[in-house]
Amino acid sequence: MTGVRRDMVSSVVLHVVLVLGAVVALLPMAWMLSASVMPTGEATSYPPRFFPSEITFEHYRQLFTRLDLGRYLFNSAFLAIVVTTTSLVINSLAGYAFAKLRFRGRDRTFRLLSLGLVLPVQVAMLPLFLLMKQLGLVNTYWGVIIPGMASIFGIFLIRQYALSIPDDMLDAARIDGASELAIYWKVVVPGILPILATLAIWTFLATWNDFMWPLIVLSDSSKYTLPVALANLSGEHVQDTELMMAGSVLTVLPVLAVFLFLQRYYIQGIMAGSVKG
Amino acid sequence: MTAPAIPVRRASQLPPGTGKAAWLFLAPALTLIFIFFFLPVLASLLLSLTDFDIYSIADPPTTRFVGLKNYGRLLETPEFWQALRNTLYFALVGGPLTIALSLGSALLLNAKLTRFKTVFRTIYFIPFVTTLVAVSIVWRYLYHTKYGLLNYGLGFFGVGPIDWLGDPRWAMPAIILLAVWKNFGYNMLIFIAGLQSIPSELYDAAEIDGAGPVRRFFNVTLPLLGPTMLFVGVVTMIGYFQLFAEPYVMTMGGPLRATTSVVLLMYEEGFRWWRMGYAAAIAFVLFLVILLATLLQFRLQKERA
Repeated sequence: MTGVRRDMVSSVVLHVVLVLGAVVALLPMAWMLSASVMPTGEATSYPPRFFPSEITFEHYRQLFTRLDLGRYLFNSAFLAIVVTTTSLVINSLAGYAFAKLRFRGRDRTFRLLSLGLVLPVQVAMLPLFLLMKQLGLVNTYWGVIIPGMASIFGIFLIRQYALSIPDDMLDAARIDGASELAIYWKVVVPGILPILATLAIWTFLATWNDFMWPLIVLSDSSKYTLPVALANLSGEHVQDTELMMAGSVLTVLPVLAVFLFLQRYYIQGIMAGSVKG
Repeated sequence: MTAPAIPVRRASQLPPGTGKAAWLFLAPALTLIFIFFFLPVLASLLLSLTDFDIYSIADPPTTRFVGLKNYGRLLETPEFWQALRNTLYFALVGGPLTIALSLGSALLLNAKLTRFKTVFRTIYFIPFVTTLVAVSIVWRYLYHTKYGLLNYGLGFFGVGPIDWLGDPRWAMPAIILLAVWKNFGYNMLIFIAGLQSIPSELYDAAEIDGAGPVRRFFNVTLPLLGPTMLFVGVVTMIGYFQLFAEPYVMTMGGPLRATTSVVLLMYEEGFRWWRMGYAAAIAFVLFLVILLATLLQFRLQKERA
């Protein structure tokens, strides 16, 4: 009996700690949401309010009518979707080739590529900017898209998963006379769908949330992504707390929705990739 | 980090043409990564040996080779040393704190008694998927000396109002707190995966030997988490050395440059003042620091094993 009682006490303590942790994890998001619908000035009153005295969507309206937020939403969504789609094709082709095709120089190429994982991207940014300038891609969508189309991490993730495709399946298709491209499309892609989903979500979130490179390569405000526009707005509108919170909500909400709907693929993929990787 | 050995297949087993197909499949990815990543990294080294500046952008031939002068100047500049100190402070305090919280929450979520595991896991992971710029703005208001919720909450415990982002002593801890909150969920997932791969027989055996929970943690869990710890340590550290958006949005590197990171300094020198040769030297020193820290972690892990 004492054992049971001890278990119950530990269970209560454990869950109290877990709930407290959940509150801390969610509190900033909850306050952001709440402050975004407060009447102007209420988020900066003393004592601080957690709940709005009345709900207003005025700040959201202002963002779209006066501050062109729809434009930034479109830019962010467009860039994230294009980068995600192209990078899925490019990385999965390469990841599969490294995992299952035999060719001279495979291991050496792969090792060289893995060196890139410890190179911080910032080291590449200054010459990359000059290169983009030469190519006339500064201040264009392409300037953001092209560097995101292939990723070493993505190739690693796909390769790791594709290693488990049985060789017999591929050979059977070859004996049937299927071309290598047909094998990739009809055998490999269906076999690696779960990790493709993981990579798609990962790439979408990373592109949507990315800040430094879009900040550098996009100079015209009509091309800004949401994070760049938001950082820019927060300088001018630092006093307009409720307005900034509404802008933050609109930036965070799409990625949060993508994550919550697809989290099963995402979380499993990360956990699988890390342990073996 | 280390890839498992690729199962060996003899080339003769495959029909002719497979090699050609492989290179075709690799071509887009390798071309893009080479031109838009590896080449710029190499070019960065060359750039750091020149006096490339705003005049060079207008007229590239005026650029001169200056040898290691940029590096010499860097080492004599107090701002650079301060940025390096700030970045080390952030990485060496924030990194271990993040990892400790990640491991702690992973242990709680992995406990036998825990219910609603997936719900808690999802909630703890939410901060990681949010947009850094947006949450940095949110936290800037939470940190407000007078109207911020944090100081209001601390007030109940008799802690006087802290000027989080305005006091040079508190600005970096404030950024660390935000980073820990934002990032612990990712490492937590990886720790959970690591914990689940430990065979339960090992715990049973330790229990039979009379080991309590604390000894089981130090004698079974921690040693077997070694490779996971290395992965988490290296990934977290590399990420933290690249600190940029938080100080850019919350403090602009202030107050008194207390939150200027190496990457922020590089950004300012390179893209605000267009002293790109000098900025490239900063970037390269950052790379060397990250490389050293990564090698150090591998060495430490080897010694522990």
